[in-house]
Amino acid sequence: MSGEAFKPKILVFSTNLISDVGIDYTGLLHMHYPATTAIIRLPCSSMIRPEWIILALKSGFDGVFVAADGTDCPYLRDCTDRTARRVDKALRMAEEEGIEPQRIKMAAICSVCAEPFVNHMRNFYQTLVKLGPVKRRG
Amino acid sequence: MDEPRIGVYVCWCGGNISDVVNVEKVVEEIKKEPGVIVARHFMFMCSEAGQKMIENDIKTHQLNAVVVASCSPKLHEATFRNVVVRAGLNPYMYYHANIREQVSWAHGDNPEEATRKAIRHVRMAVAYLRHAKPLEKIKVDVTPSALIIGGGIAGLRAALDLARMGVAVHLVEKEPFLGGNTARLGEVYPYGRRGSEIAAELIRELLKHDNVAIYTNAEVTSIKGFIGNFEAEIRVKPRYFKGKCPNIMEAIKACPVKVPDEHSFGAKMRTAIRLPPYPGAYPDIPAIDMEACTKCGECLKACGDKIDFAQEEQVIRVKVGSVITATGFKPYEPREGEYGYKTYGEVVTLPQLIGILAESNGGGELVVNGRKIRSIAFIYCVGSRQKPSGDEKANTYCSRYCCNATMYTSLKILEKYPGVRLYHLYRDIRTYGKHELMYEEACRRGVVFLKYSEDDPPKVRKEDGKLVVTVKDLLTEGIEVEIPVDLVVLVTGMEPRPNEQLNEILKLPVGRDGFYQEVHPKLRPVETTLAGFFIAGTAQGPKDIKEALASASAAAAKAAGIVLKKQLELEPFVARVNPDKCNLSQKCIAECPYGAISIKEYDGKGRKAWVNAALCKGCGACVAVCPTGAIEIQGLTNEQIEDMIKAAAREV
Ligand SMILES: Cc1cc2nc3c(=O)[nH]c(=O)nc-3n(C[C@H](O)[C@H](O)[C@H](O)COP(=O)(O)OP(=O)(O)OC[C@H]3O[C@@H](n4cnc5c(N)ncnc54)[C@H](O)[C@@H]3O)c2cc1C
Repeated sequence: MSGEAFKPKILVFSTNLISDVGIDYTGLLHMHYPATTAIIRLPCSSMIRPEWIILALKSGFDGVFVAADGTDCPYLRDCTDRTARRVDKALRMAEEEGIEPQRIKMAAICSVCAEPFVNHMRNFYQTLVKLGPVKRRG
Repeated sequence: MDEPRIGVYVCWCGGNISDVVNVEKVVEEIKKEPGVIVARHFMFMCSEAGQKMIENDIKTHQLNAVVVASCSPKLHEATFRNVVVRAGLNPYMYYHANIREQVSWAHGDNPEEATRKAIRHVRMAVAYLRHAKPLEKIKVDVTPSALIIGGGIAGLRAALDLARMGVAVHLVEKEPFLGGNTARLGEVYPYGRRGSEIAAELIRELLKHDNVAIYTNAEVTSIKGFIGNFEAEIRVKPRYFKGKCPNIMEAIKACPVKVPDEHSFGAKMRTAIRLPPYPGAYPDIPAIDMEACTKCGECLKACGDKIDFAQEEQVIRVKVGSVITATGFKPYEPREGEYGYKTYGEVVTLPQLIGILAESNGGGELVVNGRKIRSIAFIYCVGSRQKPSGDEKANTYCSRYCCNATMYTSLKILEKYPGVRLYHLYRDIRTYGKHELMYEEACRRGVVFLKYSEDDPPKVRKEDGKLVVTVKDLLTEGIEVEIPVDLVVLVTGMEPRPNEQLNEILKLPVGRDGFYQEVHPKLRPVETTLAGFFIAGTAQGPKDIKEALASASAAAAKAAGIVLKKQLELEPFVARVNPDKCNLSQKCIAECPYGAISIKEYDGKGRKAWVNAALCKGCGACVAVCPTGAIEIQGLTNEQIEDMIKAAAREV
């Protein structure tokens, strides 16, 4: 992609019953956010293994966004805390790999949170533009 | 599985997708993926023709897995799982890629990038299927009975519906008598009739069925098990009465205790002996309120042979296939001093006024606490539609029943006590649907409506022994109006019932407003995310009687749908342990909120973690904490997710 402007790629983890519904809703309203994204849906954001976040950053993604269930989680009352623990661990692992912590972001996205989702994605995208591509070893 | 033979079907959705996404390009790119045997695009995959095309391909090309890339999986995942089943495949050899809501509709501003994103989403689907295995639904046997918690009208309605369908019912009520809040109300809208009569009618019908067990003065103290097979523990407190006592009124006279009477919402006092509070109440046996009783023994002189202080709590265990929670609401209790509540005796709540009206027998004059009432001010939205401020809990919702109930109560007052002047100080009037006619009638009958702003609510003070209400009336450009009245009625809303102990046991999701939460506010209004648990009536949020009963009948139908089956089939997306990888860190056991994981001896492999599939809800919290990756969700394994990540990361 020599010469072309850097377009950061973002992996989004969503949840079947809450944030994926919110992201669908964003589309339903035809609200735009960066298209250099890919979305993987899981049952609950507390399922995310920190290793997956690191794997994404090492395989070509420039940022990982965890669209968490927050307080709406149908499974766990303390879903936010649990998901935050996964993200914390991923941040520590990123540090060891020399990956900037700003590349990992978590926010609760409710099932009608179209506007917050768009704002998060745009801001995150801008952060990643400033950071530039992940410096991958090897 | 055998070598993957995957078919990929990219939908135009009429143009909803293909106007933005270059579907030909997607097909062309995806054909290059290992394992993809056929890839096609088509106008409408969900159409008869689209479905047939997929079925034919599966047969002619011996496909063993299928991707459809179209709208959200919430809409058509089930449709296409059925298509592959019709063609002889396992329903879980299917993955649904979302390229409408999450691609074409979201990125109409950038067709080129949208096409790349669509390719990423389809590549992920293919990666998923390369590791997919056929899965079986989980089969469990079912106990053909139901537990209903709460014996208000919602619980009664659900119990009656289930009993009539031939389902054995265990109905548990915390209070000594059935009926809940409705039984405490005088005439209720629409069309009058006392609330207690409505409750009594349901009770009468229910008692005709011999497949119903009713426990009053009782609480559920534990529920174990899973959908189709729960075991509940019920504790029944003693009533200390062995039956009816002919001299009960003497015992009541002798009792020195005076506490607020629940049945009149505290408008009257009662003794420590609680009498069946209305005709047709169940059971028709008094109960002693041990928390209030001083054990002075005076009542024994009148009813000695009927009273037995040696009675003990009973613990009963029942097996049920499903649970309906219908624990109702609590009327909002105004803070002391809120609009003069508890400061001035002439400030009462709507529930209290209804209690007073039910007791007074007309005769031309309304008398409250010995005072003749000639004018009343109703203040609306007390404890409802509150503005959140700081950390304080606010009831931001509308309580739904109150505009109607106030309108109805006003009409009743004007009918029984003509000449009483009524002032309604409201924020908005929400007499929705047919109830609008009551509002019109109230206007016609001369009720005065003044509209206040939530930022500047009315004030209540006392002057020369008389209540004065001041309000800035928005209908007359904010002119401040002073109204001297004999009675102020606070139109109080509904609040969730404090039920900490029960919540601890049930673990039902609770919404932001504190009421129990349904799975989906539109599509699945009486189900909860806990399989086998339903909610009915005002436990879920403000409702009037008709709405509470409608939801109760819906919950009963849903519960019957489970317990009338001999066997249930559950989705296979549950956690499973690979004993070869498990190092018994036990982190998953600590992490599981449902107690689904324990330790088991595996043949030749020793003690390892083990998941009870029927208890597992498939949240995956255990997956994240396992140090060795030994625990995984079936149908969404670590390998699948990792390969999806890699597939999506590749340049397009
Ligand atoms: C002042 C007032 C006037 C109203 N007027 C009207 C009207 O005119 N028309 C109309 O349609 N509606 C009216 N309503 C609304 C009506 O009262 C409710 O819709 C109805 O009572 C809801 O019934 P429910 O069974 O959901 O709840 P509830 O009546 O609250 O019953 C719940 C039951 O569950 C029991 N319970 C609670 N916790 C437990 C537990 N842990 N274990 C076991 N049992 C438990 C309670 O003791 C209670 O018996 C009025 C409400 C109020 C407050």
